[in-house]
Amino acid sequence: MSTSVLYDVPGPRARIVNLVASLVGLALLAWIGWVVYSKFDETGQWDSEKWRPFVKSEIWDTFLLPGIEGTLRAFAVASVLALAFGVLFGVGRMAQQASVRWASGAVVEFFRSIPLLLLMFFLYYVQEPLGFQASIYWAVVLGLMLYNGSVLAEVIRAGVNSLPKGQREAGLAIGLSYTGVLRSILLPQAFRAMLPAIIAQLVVLLKDTALGFILAYDELLYQLNKIDGNYHNLIPAAIVIALIYIAMNSTLGGLATWLEKFIRSRGHTAGPVGHADQLMPGGTAAAVPGGGAPTGPAV
Amino acid sequence: MDVIIDAWPKILDSFQLTLKLAVYSAVGSMLLGTVLAIFRVSPVPVLRWFGGFVVYTVRNTPLTLVMFFALFGLNYQLGITFNDEFLYKNVFWLAVLALTVYTSTFVCEVLRSGINTVEAGQAEAARAIGLTFTQNLRYVILPQAFRAVIAPMGSVLIALTKNTTVAVTIGVVTAEGVNEASGQMKSMMEVNGDIIPLIFLVFAVGFMCLTLPMGLVTTWAARKWGVVR
Repeated sequence: MSTSVLYDVPGPRARIVNLVASLVGLALLAWIGWVVYSKFDETGQWDSEKWRPFVKSEIWDTFLLPGIEGTLRAFAVASVLALAFGVLFGVGRMAQQASVRWASGAVVEFFRSIPLLLLMFFLYYVQEPLGFQASIYWAVVLGLMLYNGSVLAEVIRAGVNSLPKGQREAGLAIGLSYTGVLRSILLPQAFRAMLPAIIAQLVVLLKDTALGFILAYDELLYQLNKIDGNYHNLIPAAIVIALIYIAMNSTLGGLATWLEKFIRSRGHTAGPVGHADQLMPGGTAAAVPGGGAPTGPAV
Repeated sequence: MDVIIDAWPKILDSFQLTLKLAVYSAVGSMLLGTVLAIFRVSPVPVLRWFGGFVVYTVRNTPLTLVMFFALFGLNYQLGITFNDEFLYKNVFWLAVLALTVYTSTFVCEVLRSGINTVEAGQAEAARAIGLTFTQNLRYVILPQAFRAVIAPMGSVLIALTKNTTVAVTIGVVTAEGVNEASGQMKSMMEVNGDIIPLIFLVFAVGFMCLTLPMGLVTTWAARKWGVVR
């Protein structure tokens, strides 16, 4: 249902009402904006010396670019690992042996039901007793892998389950084995159908790299303290860093939305195409049996 | 094991704090999320843009950073305080505010997708009998939309419960100085290097006790009250 059926095409009176409501809304927003602006102005947040560093290369070379690099390094490695983990355990949950199904199910449900931050803390503190040199990087990356991999496992399983029954039956009828059907018929189609949902989950992963800040991993958000220490401009730095995050996340999110449209039109899959939007009914959330939270702190 | 038994009251306190954060933020984000969703489908363009803008920016910002803005932006710069007397109460409500704003954007999107599942005929019929936009939403569309999104809404609330751990960023504590669950686990791990897996298991099971029943209840509720189409 498009939302426009919720109300009639506005007549003369409705147009006036809408205009007045718009103006009142605008005035209210302008007032809030002005209060924030003037308060920040009082404490000198708009002072040029607080903002000037951002147009110079020094702050970018020493803090922001290395920060972005740290974020992207964790994101790149964790997303590859999470995809591998997701395929492995997604297939594991559909295995013929009940024991494999149960074990994979237990692993996936466990990592989905606990907070990612808890997992990262554990992965960090457990390294030293095990005889490793404690690495924050690997605590962050492995945490991201386990959580998002578990969600991806459910996405992939939902993708396979949403394919028409005939696909599997036809494969079996021409003499393919169970794994053969899965490998050469079901998984490729499920992967294509679920690609938007998979990318949407990678947005969640990218956003969750910011949890690394709490473990003092040298990523983008962590630059906030460093920049503030050097230039004493916490609020401007936080605004700039927020904008960088929004740009990165919405680029990846935009890719997911575009892919959803592209795959809808091009097909190459018998199943319904997953949603690029996290938590859309019919998308990952509703398609995953048993509820659960397919999205992280990020949601 | 002794360590766990000795720290048991503190562990319970920390989970109580986690639960309090989750409950207040859940109520807040349901209300704010509904308001945002109404904004996004309203006939007033400014409200539509505003709703869209809020959802777009907040959803693409990491929660850790939203927490930061609540403390350093709202509290330190704008001087918004919830409690002048007790610092811990003030920080608690700032964390609730951050979680509420962050989660409400997800509630809004879920609800909006629920509105989209309501058949056009319902809204058209409502308009035909002369209901206004607000009456249409209140009596016809929203009741059906809410019932259609019970399960995804449950996912949002579970995610919210897990997200309360991020409140450790701005140091949310109880009156006795006990952290919420993740902070409490961290401080226990720091001093008990020999039983780290056990400590982790205790807190993991604690969270599973919160999140798994929520999933079961919302799945049951969705089956009981969900709209059959």
